[in-house]
Amino acid sequence: MTIALSILVDGVAYGMILFMISVGLSVTMGLMRIVNLAHGGFALLGGAFAHVLTVWYSVPFIAALAISVTAVTFLAIPLERLVYRRIYRFGELEQVLATIGIVFVVIAGVNLFLGSTLLPIRMPPEVSSPVDIGFKVLPLHRIIVILAGLAVVAALYLLVEQTRFGIYLRAAVDNQDTAASLGINTSKVYLAAFALGAALAAIGGILGAELLPIEAYYPLRYMVLFLIVVAVGGLGSIVGSFLAALSLGILDTAGRYLLPDMGTIFFFLAITALLAVRPNGLLVKPS
Amino acid sequence: MRQLRWGLFASSFAVLAFAGAASAETIKVGVIATFSGPNAIWGKQFREAIQVYAAEHGTEVNGNTVEFIYKDVGGPNPDASKAAAQELLIREGVKYLAGFDFTPNAMAVAPLINQAKVPAVIFNAATSAINEQSEYFLRTSFTLWQVTVPIAQWAADNGAKKVITAVTDYNPGVDAESAFVSAFEEKGGTIVDKIRMPLQTTDFAPFMQRIKNSGADAVFAFLPAGPATFAFTKAYNENGLKEAGITFYGTGETDETTIDALGDQAIGLTTAYHYSGVHDSDLNRSFTAKLEEMFPQSRANLASVGAYDGVHLIYKMIEAAGTDGEKAIESSKGLSWESPRGLISIDPDSRHVIQNVYIRRVERAENGSLVNREFDTVENVPDLGFSR
Repeated sequence: MTIALSILVDGVAYGMILFMISVGLSVTMGLMRIVNLAHGGFALLGGAFAHVLTVWYSVPFIAALAISVTAVTFLAIPLERLVYRRIYRFGELEQVLATIGIVFVVIAGVNLFLGSTLLPIRMPPEVSSPVDIGFKVLPLHRIIVILAGLAVVAALYLLVEQTRFGIYLRAAVDNQDTAASLGINTSKVYLAAFALGAALAAIGGILGAELLPIEAYYPLRYMVLFLIVVAVGGLGSIVGSFLAALSLGILDTAGRYLLPDMGTIFFFLAITALLAVRPNGLLVKPS
Repeated sequence: MRQLRWGLFASSFAVLAFAGAASAETIKVGVIATFSGPNAIWGKQFREAIQVYAAEHGTEVNGNTVEFIYKDVGGPNPDASKAAAQELLIREGVKYLAGFDFTPNAMAVAPLINQAKVPAVIFNAATSAINEQSEYFLRTSFTLWQVTVPIAQWAADNGAKKVITAVTDYNPGVDAESAFVSAFEEKGGTIVDKIRMPLQTTDFAPFMQRIKNSGADAVFAFLPAGPATFAFTKAYNENGLKEAGITFYGTGETDETTIDALGDQAIGLTTAYHYSGVHDSDLNRSFTAKLEEMFPQSRANLASVGAYDGVHLIYKMIEAAGTDGEKAIESSKGLSWESPRGLISIDPDSRHVIQNVYIRRVERAENGSLVNREFDTVENVPDLGFSR
């Protein structure tokens, strides 16, 4: 019983981190349909800013988080205008090549200025202290991430499903020309959605850094992880990504508790089986 | 204007004359290592230590000029390593090879150095089996057995009764596990469980729970320095293992180039290793001071000292044998000298370095950075894994 509870708690905490680091990708790749392999690049930039602020200038963590996310958002806006605007129209393979090129540029940039070692983000000591929740000890940080993940999924759900912006975005993605002829400023909608994706990537990079530490090769090291979450969740579904991240977290954690010697084979076999049954992901809206 | 022209004329002669003299007696050393990609830190540390040694001792040995040629292989890549060695040997005519951060890269050049009779000095790659592949391999770093057996024996002598091992599931991890388990059980200790963690593990919380439930009083861990160690030590602290009094024993996890990133969570970790940046000796102080003077952002670690001593060994071989590879190897056997890590010598059988292994604990130094403070010594340890 304790084992089952431990798996559940550790699995949910891990799944929420998976969700936080890949939610930006569910916006750009899931909603906007760009194969955005540069997602990890934005997370890395967010983490690198937070590292410089908290370690070099001793800025408090919350302020550093806010500044870093704003900085990444403002970097994303010109990038969208100058580069991504052209990438939207590319075929899938060209999108892969173009965005992986952006990843290499980001990696080389971070490597040049900050080197290739770990870039830790300093947090208040209370955040990493263990909290006793009765049957096991859990770091406070995980609890914060769980709450942040719940807040993000609720806010995104409301934004996409309940607001005018969400309607515009879904319309623009489904048929750009028709949406434009109805008076929707599709280029502004795309710009806003892209900046949102970049901002979420930065938040995820910073909050997830306790588990997936920031370093120059971050975007390539964890790319498969981001892509799995979005693929299993199904393109176009934020709630799908959320459920996918949680179930993958629980699955992976269960594997480590119960079948540690199987390693990651168990995890990947389960994903293969799932995608064989539901090739379009857990929750896919009928098109 | 006229003066300037004459000056140029004269200096171009000087350059020509110098180049002429140098090319007649230049002995080239090819350094094969990783200078790009996620593991570029190895090549960087090697190159800086080589330059520090050259700055301290000059580039002339018995009237010969020693020239280093660097070749990047971009990570663990045996094919690239072999191609680089071929090019260095045939086109550049190098008389010594050096570097080798990863085991497969060293293994790949064994047939070439046998054929060319060129000594290859390994600055890092730590698998015992390498030196069995060729008579021309020498090594100035360490082996997994060399540092793991001492920590197992030291732990047994200092009160550890029940230990759980947690290693990353790849070759060096499995090697470290077998070295620790055999040495610890020989001393009468009990291994309560052996955990092998997948290489891609990011969340170590489940393993921490298992370690806690196992009832062990200490955990022996082996992980690659960097993200894996960061996440593991974080989980070790955050899941209350440190509070529960479960001691952490390790080897190279607290590498000087990543230790500051670990932060306060690293304080108190106990490791056994052959080199610490704060080793208490005059030679080490002058070495680290020179390194800091030339490369202010750098910190000396195992790669620095491996390269520094490797260059010393190459200079000694050139002094004794010039470009004769066979003679050079013979001259190196039994050679001993003082290194920044302490007194070391080359074992005539394994051609590997015999050295002290130090037991250290992570502390915060007066200047605010984290260091591995040595507090006990296991003296003159050979490569315990050779022909095992």
